[in-house]
Amino acid sequence: MMATTDARRHRTTAAIFSTVFIGLGQLYNKQYSKGLLFMIATQLFFWNYYPIVYKGIQGLITLGDVPTKIVAGNVIKGDHSIFMLIQGIIMIVLVLLFAGFYALNIYDAKKNGELRDKGKPVPGFLISLRQAKFRHFPYLLLLPALFFVLFVTVLPLVFNVLIAFTNYSAPHHIPDRNLVDWTGLRTFYDLFAQESWRTTFFGISVWNIIWAVASTLTVFFSGLVLALMVNHPKVKFKKFWRTMFILPWAVPQFISILVFRVLLNGSFGPVNDMLVKLGMSPVPWLSDPTMAKVTILIVNLWFSTPFLMALMSGVLTTLPRDLYEAAAVDGATGTQRFRKLTLPLVLAATAPILIMQFAFNFNNFNLIYMLTDGSPNHPDYYYAGSTDILISWIFKMTLNQSQFNMASAVSIIMFVFIAVFSLWNYRRMKTTREEDRI
Amino acid sequence: MSKLLNNLVVIGIYAVFAVLLLTTMYPLIWVIGTSLHPGNTLMVSSMFPKQPTLEHYVELIRNTDFVLWFRNTVTIALANAVISTGLVAATAYAFSRFRFKGRQQGLMALLILQMFPGFLSIMAIFVLLLQTKLLDTHLGLILIYAGGSISMGTWVMKGHFDTIPKSLEEAAYIDGASHMVTLFKIILPLSLPAITFVALNSFITPFMDFILPQIVLRSSDKMTLAQGLYNMVATETNSSFTTFAAGAVLVALPITILYMYFQKYLIHGMTAGADKG
Repeated sequence: MMATTDARRHRTTAAIFSTVFIGLGQLYNKQYSKGLLFMIATQLFFWNYYPIVYKGIQGLITLGDVPTKIVAGNVIKGDHSIFMLIQGIIMIVLVLLFAGFYALNIYDAKKNGELRDKGKPVPGFLISLRQAKFRHFPYLLLLPALFFVLFVTVLPLVFNVLIAFTNYSAPHHIPDRNLVDWTGLRTFYDLFAQESWRTTFFGISVWNIIWAVASTLTVFFSGLVLALMVNHPKVKFKKFWRTMFILPWAVPQFISILVFRVLLNGSFGPVNDMLVKLGMSPVPWLSDPTMAKVTILIVNLWFSTPFLMALMSGVLTTLPRDLYEAAAVDGATGTQRFRKLTLPLVLAATAPILIMQFAFNFNNFNLIYMLTDGSPNHPDYYYAGSTDILISWIFKMTLNQSQFNMASAVSIIMFVFIAVFSLWNYRRMKTTREEDRI
Repeated sequence: MSKLLNNLVVIGIYAVFAVLLLTTMYPLIWVIGTSLHPGNTLMVSSMFPKQPTLEHYVELIRNTDFVLWFRNTVTIALANAVISTGLVAATAYAFSRFRFKGRQQGLMALLILQMFPGFLSIMAIFVLLLQTKLLDTHLGLILIYAGGSISMGTWVMKGHFDTIPKSLEEAAYIDGASHMVTLFKIILPLSLPAITFVALNSFITPFMDFILPQIVLRSSDKMTLAQGLYNMVATETNSSFTTFAAGAVLVALPITILYMYFQKYLIHGMTAGADKG
């Protein structure tokens, strides 16, 4: 009993010392330069940043309480809530960094105490510095990436989530004219309880899902059928057909979308013009709510089919020939062979691509925004048209309407949806990969 | 009987092909035709203009900011390619060659972050750039692109680094080389395909992307090509359509030729990326 406590004596004492005061455990371990350096750095950091951090975090809690006033014609600037929110988040990062350093200091004291317990010498300052340089090289490499990810991806993400719980929106809560306040779940409540918001949200969500599913399925089948036709043994000039049909894939998508927007224009679009000349009535390609949705699917078909066709052609050539011969011997008809052999085999081979396409189409902002701009108008919707999908609705709420809190609430719901979907996809992939290994 | 049916099928296929060929080519021929068609009317009557002219191209270059947009896009693309590739290479090297605390968690975090594309937090990006005075600057856009490329490219690059045998570096270490020397003299030269892939991807993105530039860049002289061309169409005046057609051809032609040329490689690359997730 005595021996075990004795064997752990130094590491426990050093750890306790460092917990009480940063650097003390290092001094106890006779690492004087390191201990002093730790102490000085801590004191400098603490006394310099304590007031700023305190103010920042207080600002994060209150989001400011001095509104901008106009006194005798002069504008007296009040608190800027959004600045305070961002600063508060950065301050929390600082506090976390400091906490990390604190933990590191205890760990370091304990580790060197352990060395002493074992009767080994504790490394001097210069040696541990050299060791650190070697051991921490990967962290050094990761530093720039960490910085970028933190400020470009994580910070916006956190900020985005927080805004949903405030009333940051036009016209009454736009800094620095007005203050923004925390409102808890109010935004979510409005989204689901207020008639107009709810109608908009559910209407757009339903169309968004229909669009993602329909676009993936139509492209899958058109790609498959086209590939089967090009690969038909009796068809001549295969290379010519393949080159012609792959062309829309090679044209930059935004160019094709914009060209279609002009071509299908209701009043002066060449397509309707041609139809009228041929004696038919013009089609409201983009101006009728239902027709516009069909048009979007057709245009998507135009530039998405080629890629799937190329993909399927590759898959079709790898299909095992003996299966088809066996099927022919058993007297299977062409339809049977297609349904029982070709379809499942191709589906299995292209499943990851289909899921990727589904995820991409779900958020295909470019197509919707560039082709229809969400129009035609929908009288019951808040800040959205009939063909808007969630991402373009968020875009409009942010850039045109300054409904920041609602935009952020909707994007949180999308985050959750995407996370669940990705998790499911990830697990599915893991299982198929394990099956492959057998 | 069966032979007759078979022939009917083939005839049917050719009929479908003829229709498809027409619908595939019509928008492409139309936009080229319109760009060469004299006058400001949209070309409807004939597919091929009788007296082709380059007046719309001249107008595009003289009277619009097209050249400026092009220069902006190339600047952003180049900066993005350089910064992204550097960041991704350093990150992938650390994850591939070192075993350190937090490595697994770091890799996992990248995978998770990849699920949340930057444009989902458009609201936050807009407000953050507005508050940091980076809105309507190329720097702001480049930073966002570079930040996004880390989670996208690191796994690809790391996968490639992993295939380079460690014995090569160990030999170099014995000869007294440092980490930096092995990175620049051994790893990077051997990973040219992965580097090209990441660099090319980051270079192409600003040409194709629309949503992020539309959020960040507000004034006409800062815009990228995609934005500029969109605005030409969105303003809905007849005369700008013909100029738009000229611009569309100028942008689409080189990219289309490039894609057609590298067709096999690109389609294969896209499917290979899907396996990883």
